[in-house]
Amino acid sequence: MQTELHESLRKGVRELCARFPDPYWRELDAQRAYPTAFVKTLTEAGYLAALIPEEYGGAGLHITEAAIILEEINRAGCNSGACHAQMYIMGTLLRHGNVEQKRRYLPKIANGELRLQAFGVSEPTTGSDTTQLKTMAVRKGDKYVVNGQKVWISRAEHSDLMLMIARTTPVEQVKKRSEGLSVLLVDMREAVGHGIAIRPIRTMMNHATTELFIDDLEVPVENLIGEEGKGFKYLLDGLNAERILIAAECIGDGRWFVERATRYAKERVVFGRPIGQNQGIQFPIAKAHVHVESADLMRIRAAELFDNGQPCGPEANMAKLLAADASWEAANMAVQTFGGFGFAEEYDVERKFRETRLYQVAPVSTNLILSFIAEHVLGLPRSY
Amino acid sequence: MKIISCIKPVPDPASRLVINETKTWIKDQDLTFVASEADNYALEEALRLKEKHGGEVVVISMGGEEAARVLRSGLAMGADRAIHLFDEKFKGADEFAAAEALAEAIRKDGGADLILTGVQSDDLGTGMTGVMLAEFLGIGHATVVVGVEANPDAKTLRAKRELEGGMNETVELPVPALLTIQFGINQPRYASLKGIMAAKKKEMKVLAAADLGLADHQVGRAGAMYEVKEVLIPERKSRVEILTGTPEEAAAKLVEKLRKEAKVL
Ligand SMILES: Cc1cc2nc3c(=O)[nH]c(=O)nc-3n(C[C@H](O)[C@H](O)[C@H](O)COP(=O)(O)OP(=O)(O)OC[C@H]3O[C@@H](n4cnc5c(N)ncnc54)[C@H](O)[C@@H]3O)c2cc1C
Repeated sequence: MQTELHESLRKGVRELCARFPDPYWRELDAQRAYPTAFVKTLTEAGYLAALIPEEYGGAGLHITEAAIILEEINRAGCNSGACHAQMYIMGTLLRHGNVEQKRRYLPKIANGELRLQAFGVSEPTTGSDTTQLKTMAVRKGDKYVVNGQKVWISRAEHSDLMLMIARTTPVEQVKKRSEGLSVLLVDMREAVGHGIAIRPIRTMMNHATTELFIDDLEVPVENLIGEEGKGFKYLLDGLNAERILIAAECIGDGRWFVERATRYAKERVVFGRPIGQNQGIQFPIAKAHVHVESADLMRIRAAELFDNGQPCGPEANMAKLLAADASWEAANMAVQTFGGFGFAEEYDVERKFRETRLYQVAPVSTNLILSFIAEHVLGLPRSY
Repeated sequence: MKIISCIKPVPDPASRLVINETKTWIKDQDLTFVASEADNYALEEALRLKEKHGGEVVVISMGGEEAARVLRSGLAMGADRAIHLFDEKFKGADEFAAAEALAEAIRKDGGADLILTGVQSDDLGTGMTGVMLAEFLGIGHATVVVGVEANPDAKTLRAKRELEGGMNETVELPVPALLTIQFGINQPRYASLKGIMAAKKKEMKVLAAADLGLADHQVGRAGAMYEVKEVLIPERKSRVEILTGTPEEAAAKLVEKLRKEAKVL
């Protein structure tokens, strides 16, 4: 029954994605434009509401299914990066928001009326060291007044709501640096131009990422998610889900590269034989395939643990690392297999190559995963 | 309007097909099956007619697990319920035996105002099942349909048929009727997530040969009108002849050959 559901999901997403073929993405990439039509279609078909409980108008599915949806999007040559956050950022609201907040926002997020797909964590001066972030939210009556700066805040221009993490208690006044941070829900429809200025950052791939300048932004106290000061814990709570979903996207990319390279290697004839007849070409393809498939097993394992409510930190992190490495290896292999044509925009390999490179760095850098495994799984001394 | 849409499971066109040991069919144990493409157009047309005129859409398929799977997809696309003809005895049916079993199942379900099939299947491609089904049910039919307009009040429908040479014709039929739907008549929808979730709760009735009141000699291989003797891959022949001489001489030889051997001039 479960596998039948998974098959239906794959089929449904694949058929939807078929309406957004390579030229659609190529064109957007050239203009660095947001795939509005694609995201709208996906939202209307309900796929981004997979994780929202049925009582709030979603499908009430689990991480396993959500991951399948994102994997299929990337496998079809589309890019989940434009929309995955609408699927999982609401998790923080769902787990830690109060009933009033959930009733107010979740049904509208489920039907796409509200886009909650920006999460403001990263800052220019603190990088991977999240607890050092400098953005301050000071409570004044029934409002927080926020000042600071955020960087790499993706989809901010395409979001009605943004979750933002800011310090509410100065670092000198807390016992641990991880305390005193809070999660605020910012209404971007009001905030932009009234406390938030957005500056788009042009990157090597089409990813609507931005820099935010926050200047006396007023956020009503009722928009605090959960308890004041517990924001870092809430952030960590959502990480395993994010790791698993990103792993699935990488696996989708990996499969896309392997499929495209295999097809090309069969068709391209040089020296009177298909290039795929040469072991120098077929072994890297086979190897990339092996690595993508083995990463997939770790992702399935992590998702299974997650959905059964069991601890899955190591598995989720390992899945993300293995999958990001596998998709990057596959990307590199695909460029090599396509030779000169791998560099031509028309073949889409270079575009996907640029897109999948991100996952070595964001949402978490590979080194930080290795540090996590070394410290928390192997018991080695903390390195930073 | 009650519409029944027939779906045949066929091997996924992306599969690698291998002929079986007895050379009577392909090895189909490990293949994935999908709905035959033309049947998707038929179902989409059924769903559109329902959206316009109300009523229900029932999907029906004969086969093993693969049939249940294509029916489930049909339910996810928006059909209201499904009928699965599932029995070892149905195996080896030809178009005739399939049409008879489908006809009995449709009768048992109380008939329908409109029955749709694809114009032909992706595997056998004979285009006969729909026509025979109409005959078994004693109703009118139109084939290769590229447009449908229903008039439920008058109990008639108009079907636009594709003719050869780029022409169409419009025919009017009394309902109940059967139409075989041509490729490309519409753009079949994809299942929404809500559709997929709802499909899990929809009815899928399973019927065996005995439920249809059909005797063993009427179903499956025993009920078939023909038998496949051999499935084969056409021999690939290529004959290359290089004409020598000066361009003038070669051209003269070519014209001679086109006239006498190829007989195209
Ligand atoms: C396209 C894009 C979209 C993004 N979207 C968002 C978003 O929507 N919201 C958001 O909040 N953030 C977002 N980010 C930010 C992303 O999460 C960060 O870039 C990432 O966490 C790394 O932080 P940093 O860039 O400051 O790198 P740094 O922390 O400066 O790290 C630089 C390098 O040093 C390494 N390094 C740092 N510390 C250590 C250590 N202790 N041991 C070993 N190596 C170390 C890192 O692994 C990395 O390779 C996005 C980034 C990009 C590029």
